[in-house]
Amino acid sequence: MKKKVLIVDDEPNIVMTLEYAFRKQNFEVFIARDGSEAKIILEKALPQVVLLDVMMPKVDGYQTLKFIKNTSGLEHTKVVFISAKNKASDIEKGLNMGADKYITKPFSVKKVIGEVKQLLD
Amino acid sequence: MNSYVLFGIVALYLAILFFAAFWGENKAPKKWVSNPYIYSLSIAVYCSAWTYYGSIGNAATSGISFLPIYLGPMIVAPLWIIILRKIIRISKQHKISSIADFISLRYGNNRFLGALVTVICVIGTVPYISLQLKAVSETYAIFADNKIQTSTGIFNDTTFYIAVFLALFATFYGTQKTDASEKHRGIITSVALESILKLIFFLIAGIYITFFLFDGTEDIYQKISTYPNFSSLIKFDGIEMGINWYLTLLLSMFAIFLLPRQFQVMVVENSNEKHLAKAIWLFPLYLLLINLFVIFIAWGGIISFGSSEQAEYFTLLLPLKNQHQILALIVFLGGFSAVISMVVVSTLALSTMVSNNLIIPYGFLDKFVRRHSAKNTSSIKNIRRISIFLIIIAAYFFYLVYSIQLSLYSIGLISFIVIAQLAPSFFIGLFWNRGSSKAAITGIILGFLITFYCLILPFTIEALTGNSSFTDYGPWKIEFLKPYQLFGLKLFNSTSNAFFWSLTVNTFCYLIFSLTAKGNYRERNYAEMFVNNENYAKLQDNVLVWRGEAYVSNIKNVLIKFLGVTATEKALQHFFLQYEISPETEIADARLINYSEKLLTGSIGSASAKILIDNVVKEEKISLVEVLQILEESRDTFAKNKMLHQKSTELLDLTQQLKNANHELILKDKQKDEFLDTVAHELKTPITGIRAASEILKDDINEMPNELKTQFLSNIIKDADRLSRLINNILDFEKLSTGRLKLSLHRKNFSETIDFAMQSLAHIIAKKRINIQYNSSEEVKLFYDEDRILQVLTNLISNAIKFSPEKNGTIKIEYTRENPFLKVVVQDNGKGIPEEDIDFIFDKFYQSKNQNTIKPEGSGLGLAISKQIIEKHNGKIWADKTFKSGAKIVFLLPIY
Repeated sequence: MKKKVLIVDDEPNIVMTLEYAFRKQNFEVFIARDGSEAKIILEKALPQVVLLDVMMPKVDGYQTLKFIKNTSGLEHTKVVFISAKNKASDIEKGLNMGADKYITKPFSVKKVIGEVKQLLD
Repeated sequence: MNSYVLFGIVALYLAILFFAAFWGENKAPKKWVSNPYIYSLSIAVYCSAWTYYGSIGNAATSGISFLPIYLGPMIVAPLWIIILRKIIRISKQHKISSIADFISLRYGNNRFLGALVTVICVIGTVPYISLQLKAVSETYAIFADNKIQTSTGIFNDTTFYIAVFLALFATFYGTQKTDASEKHRGIITSVALESILKLIFFLIAGIYITFFLFDGTEDIYQKISTYPNFSSLIKFDGIEMGINWYLTLLLSMFAIFLLPRQFQVMVVENSNEKHLAKAIWLFPLYLLLINLFVIFIAWGGIISFGSSEQAEYFTLLLPLKNQHQILALIVFLGGFSAVISMVVVSTLALSTMVSNNLIIPYGFLDKFVRRHSAKNTSSIKNIRRISIFLIIIAAYFFYLVYSIQLSLYSIGLISFIVIAQLAPSFFIGLFWNRGSSKAAITGIILGFLITFYCLILPFTIEALTGNSSFTDYGPWKIEFLKPYQLFGLKLFNSTSNAFFWSLTVNTFCYLIFSLTAKGNYRERNYAEMFVNNENYAKLQDNVLVWRGEAYVSNIKNVLIKFLGVTATEKALQHFFLQYEISPETEIADARLINYSEKLLTGSIGSASAKILIDNVVKEEKISLVEVLQILEESRDTFAKNKMLHQKSTELLDLTQQLKNANHELILKDKQKDEFLDTVAHELKTPITGIRAASEILKDDINEMPNELKTQFLSNIIKDADRLSRLINNILDFEKLSTGRLKLSLHRKNFSETIDFAMQSLAHIIAKKRINIQYNSSEEVKLFYDEDRILQVLTNLISNAIKFSPEKNGTIKIEYTRENPFLKVVVQDNGKGIPEEDIDFIFDKFYQSKNQNTIKPEGSGLGLAISKQIIEKHNGKIWADKTFKSGAKIVFLLPIY
């Protein structure tokens, strides 16, 4: 069975590259453009891993992470923050909130895939 | 009269004076000896044997030229209220005990100047004392055997014994106390008594001669008017005599202030400056009375003896001729009184000066510091006693060498002229604070040298060689340098010539040197204290006009050396009590320094006191400006406190302002950080896109379908464009917000700029099929930066395009003249701006939370930049809140 990955970002170009890369790795890819879209998809698709941008309009990455932590059925869902915020304090905040990984933008696509695979093993 | 009887009478008379002095010193109620009458009578010490005998001689030979010596003081007496009071106040303030102290202190406590003034005073006074000796010895001789005897040897000479006798008397009374600035009530009492006696005795003699020997003044006048030289006795003998008369007048005006004995009785012995009010008319009255009969006695003598020979002693000779021994004795005792008071007061004043300004500072000071106080006190007294003796002995020798040949009158004038050399530095320095010590020293020395050359040298040469060629032809027969007609000026007699030239050069030097060379800080400080003493008097003790370091214990040690342990303890106790300072204080302040200097000044003079205190004090220089500042500040501490209070309030305000500024700075810093964070974030987004797309293309270049390749490549191009746009906007924004952007203003037609904006957006408008409603009804021309306004319009129109609905998008653009502005509106028919965002849309990087999920392209800086540009044009931009059917942005530009 294919692993499900949800990509949440409001930048279409970035989403497109990640979508292409994960498809190639045999993931089933879901896409949300912000936190509120993400919530709907999360409940329906129950992905194993979520790639989450932090700064998004309406519902941001942090709120989405809280939703994941508080929703039954998503207990095992791994969360990877992908953000341009690269200060140590930002990273610490993200990890403390329960994210499994924190990858800073700009990122290497290979590294993202590597980290996700490692999380799922 | 038998000389032994005479001696006995003189001894008895002296005993009475002695008793008066003793009584005045110890027994008399204070108000009996300290009152304006005693004060005025003590000033009459001015009338010495010179007046008593000399005036008559002068009146008999030169007529009215004896008068200016008394007219001068009479004329100047009303000015005492101003000048003398100032001098008295300064002297009390600084515990000044002599004129040498006064002058040296005025010029910054200059030790050399003090010594110089002392020397001048000694030189000026010694002939004067010798004049007294001459008068006593000659009258004694006349009285004893009716003729003046010439001495055959010192020890056979009665004058010598008289000198010793006077010295003993002066020594006993003058050196009772070490503190010379203390009052000598006993001496003053006896001087006052002597003044009464000499006046009464002289008047008795005058009345006797005028009304008993002759039939009153008219009788004398009638008899003398037949005398061949009569007219020269009652008239000015041409212009020369007039000039000489006025110069003598001036000379006596100076003398009344400057003679050491006058300074002593008028200033040092003054117990209350209010006494001046009576003295200014009592003393002139005294002078008037004592001169009342001078002319008649002189004329009476001429009539009786047929010539003016021995005219000086007419008062004595006339009664003797008429067998009135008792009256002659009274006259003799009157003259003797004049002599004694003059000699005692002069030697008292001079001995203080010699010890305090000459001997102690130039030799004994080191010794004193090492020795015990009791020994010091007796040493100081001994120095003074020896000084008195030496002065009188010097006077005796002067008498031997010169006085026998000279008249009383001319000896007196020499003294006056020498002393007058102090006048410029004394009087000008009192009212002019530029006067400097160098100037004073130079003036005095040059003035004295001229006096010496013009007056003393010719006398000396004549007295020693009996040859008058020096006076008659000048040195080496140079007429130009004839001492009595210096530089060929023939207007004066010998004394006026000396006086004129010495004082002119003296004053000139004093002024020139004072104007060209400034004194040091200390000098200027003292000058200020003297000249503006009124400001200073009230403040002095409270003012810390001194910065330095000294220990109380060191100062105490110095004081003990001179005052003794008990007196020092008492003085310090008094000081601490007066200023409410703890007696345990270790560091001395300015007040203690001043106080100690004053304590010592009385005993050893200001120059020495200063040297001693300086030894234990590390002094810092203070400029006059600072002193004045300190004075100014402490003038009213109240105002200062008020100012301080105000200042502290201001400071509190300032602190608050600083806090606020700091807070603002922190806030600004934070905002800057946030701005940079946002900028970084915004920049990273397209970079992330580019990097990710490029990576995929690189890795999958062979397997990827062409379609997808094209898609990724065009994404890269878009991101790159976005990146460069972003960078441009950030730079624009930064330039605008830091004010570095300069507008290039030109007068343009606004419709053209709108046309440009629409042209550049034409293809997007066409693509989205937007309906543009644009009416340019009127031409408006104004000054603006077209590029920048174009940027605003493009931004607003592209925003409108972005937010217009997909179908039937309509954008309305219009501009109208609303003086003094041009009003521009750009509106669309989209969803409008959410109410909660409308106040923030012009903030940088502000993005609505309710934006379309698809992120509109833009940097987040567009409106912020537009706002900056409009404001830079002194215009205004806002979103119309009342417009509900879309977004409506309005801006105004001033028309000019």
